[in-house]
Amino acid sequence: MALKENEVMAQNSNRNAWRGFSSGVWKKDIDVKDFLDRNITSYLGDENFLAGPTEATTALWEQIQQLTKKEMDNGGVLDIDVNTISSITSHAPGYIDKAKEQVVGLQTDAPLKRSVQPFGGIKMVVDACEAYGFQLPQEIVKLFTDVRKTHNQGVFDAYTTEMRAARRAGIITGLPDAYGRGRIIGDYRRVALYGIDRLVAGKKEDLIQLEVDPMTEDVIRLREEISEQIRALQELKQMGAAYGYDLSNPANNAREAFQWLYFAYLGAIKEQNGAAMSIGRISSFLDVYIERDLLEGKLSEEQAQELMDHFVMKLRIVKFLRTPDYNELFSGDPTWVTESIGGMSLAGETRVTRSSFRILHTLYNLGPAPEPNLTVLWSVNLPEAFKEYCAKVSIETSSIQYENDDIMRPQFGDDYGIACCVSAMRIGKQMQFFGARANLGKALLYAINGGVDEKLGVQVGPAYAPITGDKLEYEEVAKKFDVMLEWLATLYMNTLNVIHYMHDKYAYERLEMALHDREILRTMACGIAGLSVVADSLSAIKYASVKPIRNEKGIVVDFVIEGEYPQYGNNDDRVDQIAVQITEAFMNKLRKHKTYRNALPTMSVLTITSNVVYGKKTGSTPDGRKAGEPFAPGANPMHGRDRMGALASLASVAKLPYSYCLDGISNTFSIIPKALGKEQGVRIRNMVSMLDGYAESTGHHLNVNVFDREHLMDAMEHPEKYPQLTIRVSGYAVNFTKLTREQQLDVINRTFHGAV
Amino acid sequence: MKGRIHSIDTFGTVDGPGIRFVLFMQGCALQCQFCHNPDTWDTGTGKVVTVEDILSEIEKYLPYYRRSGGGITVTGGEPTLQAGFVTQLFSECKRRWGLHTTLDSSGFCEPDHVKALMEVTDLVLLDLKQMNPEKHEMLTSRGNDRILKFAASLSEWNKPMWIRHVVIPGVTDDSNDLRALGAFVGGLQGVEKLELLAYHRMGVFKWQQLGREYPLDGVPTPTEQEMKRAYRFIEEGRAAVERERENIITCRDCGQASGQANTVKHWICEDCKVNEHTIAVKISSK
Repeated sequence: MALKENEVMAQNSNRNAWRGFSSGVWKKDIDVKDFLDRNITSYLGDENFLAGPTEATTALWEQIQQLTKKEMDNGGVLDIDVNTISSITSHAPGYIDKAKEQVVGLQTDAPLKRSVQPFGGIKMVVDACEAYGFQLPQEIVKLFTDVRKTHNQGVFDAYTTEMRAARRAGIITGLPDAYGRGRIIGDYRRVALYGIDRLVAGKKEDLIQLEVDPMTEDVIRLREEISEQIRALQELKQMGAAYGYDLSNPANNAREAFQWLYFAYLGAIKEQNGAAMSIGRISSFLDVYIERDLLEGKLSEEQAQELMDHFVMKLRIVKFLRTPDYNELFSGDPTWVTESIGGMSLAGETRVTRSSFRILHTLYNLGPAPEPNLTVLWSVNLPEAFKEYCAKVSIETSSIQYENDDIMRPQFGDDYGIACCVSAMRIGKQMQFFGARANLGKALLYAINGGVDEKLGVQVGPAYAPITGDKLEYEEVAKKFDVMLEWLATLYMNTLNVIHYMHDKYAYERLEMALHDREILRTMACGIAGLSVVADSLSAIKYASVKPIRNEKGIVVDFVIEGEYPQYGNNDDRVDQIAVQITEAFMNKLRKHKTYRNALPTMSVLTITSNVVYGKKTGSTPDGRKAGEPFAPGANPMHGRDRMGALASLASVAKLPYSYCLDGISNTFSIIPKALGKEQGVRIRNMVSMLDGYAESTGHHLNVNVFDREHLMDAMEHPEKYPQLTIRVSGYAVNFTKLTREQQLDVINRTFHGAV
Repeated sequence: MKGRIHSIDTFGTVDGPGIRFVLFMQGCALQCQFCHNPDTWDTGTGKVVTVEDILSEIEKYLPYYRRSGGGITVTGGEPTLQAGFVTQLFSECKRRWGLHTTLDSSGFCEPDHVKALMEVTDLVLLDLKQMNPEKHEMLTSRGNDRILKFAASLSEWNKPMWIRHVVIPGVTDDSNDLRALGAFVGGLQGVEKLELLAYHRMGVFKWQQLGREYPLDGVPTPTEQEMKRAYRFIEEGRAAVERERENIITCRDCGQASGQANTVKHWICEDCKVNEHTIAVKISSK
């Protein structure tokens, strides 16, 4: 009888929490998209309704800024709780200033205090502690060395000799084999819309459905995973209770919706130190609750904005403990709390709401910042007023990236989000196995040198016949390159299979996966670096004369180019089509291989900031790039080689076929303010036209930076003057002053559109 | 038809309205000391292209130019040196796509020579570098009489113009010269914009690459205050002309007849008297 009573109470509570919402299958099944389809209020107006920061907001942000300064003064890490292994329930509640916070919850018991998350690998934690002047207790080291195996250890148990060599040489780099893979988006909205009890009931039903015969390895694994998911959900409830909230039931109003959703996300980041912990597509979801509260007269615009500001503040201070050399690869301490804003619905209505404006407006109320990674899903059909507001925010803060909803929506529907930088996935229905990237620039050199690494001087790739002639012949090089890519794709896919097998086994994302459907699509997200280097190299070999220079061991270490050749970035098909061919060829090779859990292979053209590190590890290339010099980021043309102006540069990148690069094609675009026009109104209109044009020509992603080179040089010399200077790099944003000097110089040396 | 070009920028936003295809022609008859593109002077270098070559380049980016209310701008070098080529290019841009056309010129040309070109040009960006003829010759190697004559012709044809003047401290910012510039511009018809551009040194490296001595070595870029000061003097010059013009009465009906209104407030032209219309005092820009 008691059970029945509980059910009745739960139904009553749902009825109340869902008051005023339009009904649909979402009430019966877990279906957030259906809820959004029926309840979103599109907004076509401009930004004039927005409210400034409240006193509490300003005071809280001031405190965070002071703490951030302390953190920088302290060498990058303020404090570490070395004695507690982080879990959903590991730490007592923490606050910035409890009386002022509308949305509460921290990763540990104090702001910016980092936690220990060793399931990905203990070595990374030990090194990180040491680098910042802390010491991890011996018993914890021992526990995660002798007693509890980590993902990292599992991977290295299974790696082959060839995999280790490839990793050392840097032909495959950035692999998530010593840290959390990330790039999984839990559908955190589910906790707010349904409450945890309903989610647990759903998972229990899944378990019953999985009482099948035969009990194959797949079924056994899934049953264990679902049981873990249920446990994680229950822990999340405990975490909420510790803060004084009962997450059993759905959120009852806007404030609870923010709080429930944030707790769900907080649970995920307490459990997982994933490379990218993206939050999904939440602002327009939360808008439904704000709209209802506004209608009921329970909330003012100031209060609505305050909720958004406080929530975003929490997302800005997400911190993970990582080693300095990890940060060299992914500079600026990024967490990729990517939020996807706007876009269109499949029915043709916009998903832009007032809260799309509110979340962008945090860049004014709190000042610019790299996180959350604000990503506008751009469609040529977005409301014009929203387009103009985005352009204005970009021009004034350089804190937004744009991704083409018009090419993603047909692939991913209208409730997808971006994980990390450019990876689209249906929220709660799809996840990816993050695969970092293969270095195609180096692969080309292996093709020339018969698999011998040009830097290490040892055999890494297969010992095919090297090129021995005095002049590189296009047909010969292209053929050898193709064979080398075949080897690389095989090795790469096998390496990823090892990594993700072990990650599922030793560092499974219980809570994030609890916020997914039972049956999901998994993608094996491979990536390539050095596309523009390879395209230009092959073009040089084809259209100019390239002579190899060999060292005493006979290894080609440099090249002499005679004559001119067409360069990628000038909308010249002679070379752009080479880039297209390489992209398609490598993707086709990846498709040939068996993947772990039958994941669907995909590919990205994205380097994040590792284009600097990749360049460092790669010898001189036939395009004239010298050994050690950075690659261009993502799919960008090489610095200074795009000489026909911005549109030609954009057009070259837009030729790369998205259907072969479903994990994203990153393009970083920097322009000096003057080159956008002389007056602000003109600049805004020109930028909107540019974004519309790029979207229409099927370009995928665009990072937009608007600033002067002199400004950056000044910030390099006087970082104290620019505590919030934010710039967009490949797929995310960083605080410029947190970049290494090498990376700062790389950014400054890149093409800035705008002729003198 | 063939032309000699220096380079192309597919995304120009400052040389005319909207986003523009900017074509830099090769060759210039002036040798301005502050030129930031001295590599465009030589009439014998650059790349030879056909009108069709350029049109096929423009076509790739048409949606951007159309959407933003932009078009094509031809600059240089000095585009009027290849007036035939540019005329044909502009004509085709208009015929095929109805594209807005802008000519960025030093004005160092014979008006008759570019009459056909002007018929297919929607906007002229005209550089008035220096009003004082001697100083002009020192600065650019040529006098300014042709240029001023060209400006007057544009005014006569009522061609929309954006006048530009580069402020170089100690070289083009003498108060009398600036007042004279203001007065001259104030007397022109069709001026939609007057832009003061701050002299910059970003082209110096090109002089070095060409092995030329940079004549303005040591000249600083103007401060914001110097720019404001220059603007003030130009406005003074312009205002003086305006005041004079206020004394001119025009008959509203026929618009052309006019007379000095030194003593009378109301004046009516002989032809319109019969209609006994009210006569308006035309006060330009008030």
